[in-house]
Amino acid sequence: MSENGGDVLLRVEGLRTWFPIRAGVLQRTVGHVRAVDGVDLSVPRGRTLALVGESGCGKTTVGRSILRLVEPTGGRVCFEGVDLLTLPKPALRPYRRAIQIVFQDPLGSLDPRMRIRDVVAEGMNAFRIGANERERTDRVAELLRHVRLDPSQMTRYPHELSGGQRQRVCIARALALGPKLLICDEAVSALDVSIQAQILNLLRDLQVELGLSYLFITHDLGVVRYLADRVAVMYLGQIVEDAATETLFADPQHPYTQALLSAVPSVDPGRRGMAVHLRGDVPSPATPPTGCRFHTRCPVVFERCRTETPPLYPVQEGGSRCFLSDPAARPSAEPPARA
Amino acid sequence: MSTPVAPAPRHDPETVLDVRGLVTSFPGPNHRLAVVDGVDLTLARGETLALVGESGCGKSLTALSILRLVPKPGRIDRGTVRLGARDLRALPVTELRRVRGHEISMIFQEPMTSLNPVVTAGKQVVEAIRLHERVSSTQARRRALTLFEQVGIPDPASRLNAYPHQLSGGMKQRVMIAMALAARPSVLIADEPTTALDVTIQGQILDLLRELRDQLGTAILLITHDLGIVNELADRIAVMYAGHLVEVGTRRDILAAPRHPYTQGLLRSIPARAQRGERLAEIAGVVPPPGQWPTGCRFAPRCTRAFEPCTRLDPGPTRLSANHTAWCHAVAQEEGSSPVGGVPA
Repeated sequence: MSENGGDVLLRVEGLRTWFPIRAGVLQRTVGHVRAVDGVDLSVPRGRTLALVGESGCGKTTVGRSILRLVEPTGGRVCFEGVDLLTLPKPALRPYRRAIQIVFQDPLGSLDPRMRIRDVVAEGMNAFRIGANERERTDRVAELLRHVRLDPSQMTRYPHELSGGQRQRVCIARALALGPKLLICDEAVSALDVSIQAQILNLLRDLQVELGLSYLFITHDLGVVRYLADRVAVMYLGQIVEDAATETLFADPQHPYTQALLSAVPSVDPGRRGMAVHLRGDVPSPATPPTGCRFHTRCPVVFERCRTETPPLYPVQEGGSRCFLSDPAARPSAEPPARA
Repeated sequence: MSTPVAPAPRHDPETVLDVRGLVTSFPGPNHRLAVVDGVDLTLARGETLALVGESGCGKSLTALSILRLVPKPGRIDRGTVRLGARDLRALPVTELRRVRGHEISMIFQEPMTSLNPVVTAGKQVVEAIRLHERVSSTQARRRALTLFEQVGIPDPASRLNAYPHQLSGGMKQRVMIAMALAARPSVLIADEPTTALDVTIQGQILDLLRELRDQLGTAILLITHDLGIVNELADRIAVMYAGHLVEVGTRRDILAAPRHPYTQGLLRSIPARAQRGERLAEIAGVVPPPGQWPTGCRFAPRCTRAFEPCTRLDPGPTRLSANHTAWCHAVAQEEGSSPVGGVPA
């Protein structure tokens, strides 16, 4: 991973989160789902890192592992230099405040029986922010204005709001605790495109106003291109490519990234039917393929890929987990022309 | 209510589906609310028409109305739905059952919930085949196998015996498509067929739909909110807003030279089209729910170009070319026609 020596807020190293598969009457562990299997990434302060991949690649588990909402199996999660995975639970509390998460489904993540005021104030109560109820109510009003909602909405219930308004409430709730890092897990994926634009603009404004850093977990490459400074592409529990956004879209190195980018249908009427489509389905993370995990679907696979696991080769201030990106092998071997 | 006007009355033998003045309503607090309000659509053999719009605009309900599958207490109030020579609205239910699946079929967004979890995939397809054709179960099974091959299911023989939970999302959607195609319908309605699927799998399904259309001449009514998919598959596009059609045209008309302010706003708000660092264009406000649709143009409260007649009069159609029509007062004014559309049906 390249850091450019910049100010890194969050650095994840070798993160592994395996879930046991239990079977039989004794519920013995018979294997593991390797949801996250050796992930490195870093989020620069005040910047946006997008983590992209298809369903089941482990991107959501990465987000949850960072907050220890699921316990990782191994690796390091360093937030401002402190490894969160080694901390006892009480010592973790301040970090739970500094790192907040916004989920995809705003209706599902809001308690239907709580008024908006109480939803937003709940975290403040837990962390004893504000001297009294009145002060907290004032703070809620301020937060709602911050996410461009009318404070009069405070007395409403979640079902009375539209999808876009609910997502604003979720963002206000996250901001209530003054976080430094916001993990957005498919935060705009369920919204209609005109509403999605409103939320994306809001997130950008908040980043500038509050100096927030974002870990943006998504499958939507259009959103990534628009919002992210850096992109990490994930496949079957591993990062296969990591690059600055412009570089990744202009010159993707890994065959999976290339396929992913080409599979997104363009909205330009002059371009259609240009996609190179992958065959087959994503293999199960319980029994990942040997060698390169992508070799079962890779259009440019060769012998070495089936047996050896490629490391993340440094390329263009980023990395690519593909033998074709190996600077040493490039001149000699048979790299078939890239699609 | 808009004047039921439409693309010139073509008595084209190639027209397989012709929907006119479709009105579908649900009971509201005071009176019935027309959730689909005067929609006209035509579909020619081998053509793909995309019906696009945001959630709640009435696009899925239009599809369900065509098949007469509107859930109660919804009801089709008016309009004709011609499939070939027959008006589906006038058919007795027994005959309608024969037409559904046989001449017109539908694939839904969620293959997970549309398949029976306790019956093997093969058996479900065999059932669909035998519902429409008098064939032995062995013959039907052979047909099912061919269909599985046709929709690109790897290892089709063993997949016939698989239960839905043993199949991946993309595979389940292929089973749904195989089932929908069992009787070689002339019209296929695809409601968000790839929304639940990953992008690399989505590409495979789009390829499949394209192939079927080219080989069998199936006409496709594609319902989606994803303009990228529309660009990949559609010949023509119809844009819906709050129960009305607002613009209809060819793929290039709509994506390259949209005229209705709503279509323009929709295209501008797509992040993939925007420059990095630039603010995305927003359409202010939200789509109003059916009970709160304003009089006049329903988009007027959110429209940047609204002027005097917009809040008062329902805009009629302005014909921009043989295939391109927009329902907008501002467009009508630009075109120099009277603010209320006078194009006869």
